[in-house]
Amino acid sequence: MSTVKLTVNGRAVSVDVEDRTLLVHVLRENLNLTGTHVGCDTSQCGACVVHVDGRAVKSCTMLAGQAAGSNVTTIEGLAKGDELHPMQAAFRDNHGLQCGYCTPGMIMSAVDIVHRHGGNLDEETVRHELEGNICRCTGYHNIVKAVLDAAGRMKVAQAAE
Amino acid sequence: MYETNYHRASSVADAAATFAKGTESKFLAGGQTLLPVMKQRLAAPSDVIDLSRVQEMIGIEVSGDTVTIKAATPHYDVAQSDAVRKAIPALANLASMIGDPAVRYRGTIGGSLANNDPAADYPAAVLALGATVKTNKRSIAADDFFKGLFSTALEDGEIITAVSFPVPAKAGYAKFPNPASRFALTGVFVAKTKAGDVRAAATGASQSGVMRVPAIEGALKTNWSAAALDSVKIPSNGLLADIHGSADYRANLIKVMGQRAVTAAG
Repeated sequence: MSTVKLTVNGRAVSVDVEDRTLLVHVLRENLNLTGTHVGCDTSQCGACVVHVDGRAVKSCTMLAGQAAGSNVTTIEGLAKGDELHPMQAAFRDNHGLQCGYCTPGMIMSAVDIVHRHGGNLDEETVRHELEGNICRCTGYHNIVKAVLDAAGRMKVAQAAE
Repeated sequence: MYETNYHRASSVADAAATFAKGTESKFLAGGQTLLPVMKQRLAAPSDVIDLSRVQEMIGIEVSGDTVTIKAATPHYDVAQSDAVRKAIPALANLASMIGDPAVRYRGTIGGSLANNDPAADYPAAVLALGATVKTNKRSIAADDFFKGLFSTALEDGEIITAVSFPVPAKAGYAKFPNPASRFALTGVFVAKTKAGDVRAAATGASQSGVMRVPAIEGALKTNWSAAALDSVKIPSNGLLADIHGSADYRANLIKVMGQRAVTAAG
């Protein structure tokens, strides 16, 4: 057992867990942040993507101990109160989800994609960049539309700040 | 995952000392292979020693005709590095093709080489560029480093600290990714050294892991062009055959990826 201290969605937390515990299990089981999903458990589907120190990583492929001292943002940390993050709003407006299982990981990856590419996003880039996130419902079409829509909204929001 | 003890190393020396204390220790770099393997209970190290925060193992240095990538540098940082893009663009390009974005943020060059997956990308670059693998004990030439599937010249407890690449006159990498895993079904890296030598290495194709491709090297030495490989015959004996492709298919892919790599190199 080890004590792991980290910051999750701006809140300092401390958990006592076995060393083999994965970050995703700390989030879901110790912190009750069940928005982050476990889809495949084999590091392929991307349903568990969260941001660790600003980088979108698979939380099922990181030990809790590896994240000690880091800043973690989960899907629960994106909205500002009742106001959805522009990426969340774009997924809703563009019908970018059906069953919703992959959606938290899709959104966390998509926010990272927009951060990296800024306004230089096109459909091909979005499709390529989303290759680590698997969706079995939508056929990806509206997800790609949502990401492109959100990229525009995030640019406007950034310009306004 | 079976129980294990996690240690975060503070330095290369600390990592080596901690490794020696465990009964069956493993070094953990980005963890993008080791952790999935541990989750499947195919590996059960008593101790995992995390190298990813060892500051002396992170970073990229270019001096003169050498690009040195420290072992715990993630693929993303190599792909984005202006210095690498300028000195060896094919290497930055290769790094940008590994796995998916989340994997590239965590996976490291040292981890990839120590694991020596027969379909990994970095081994092709290291072998074709004639790089030198530096460890906490010695320097190992690429030609002496790779020893077949998942095996290397590394001794138990030896840590890769950096990889030094000589800047080539020209280099290119092309891979045919497995559509599901993004590992190379076959990838070929070609390089022309500043001395005029030509080296080519293929990954994903051989039963013995990454390999030089003498037929491609010979043809390109005479004529550095994709067309020079038109008549090259790659022998299929010793190549991998599985549901994704037969040995003959991979033999042809070596040629075609070689041609694309030369085209990319310019």
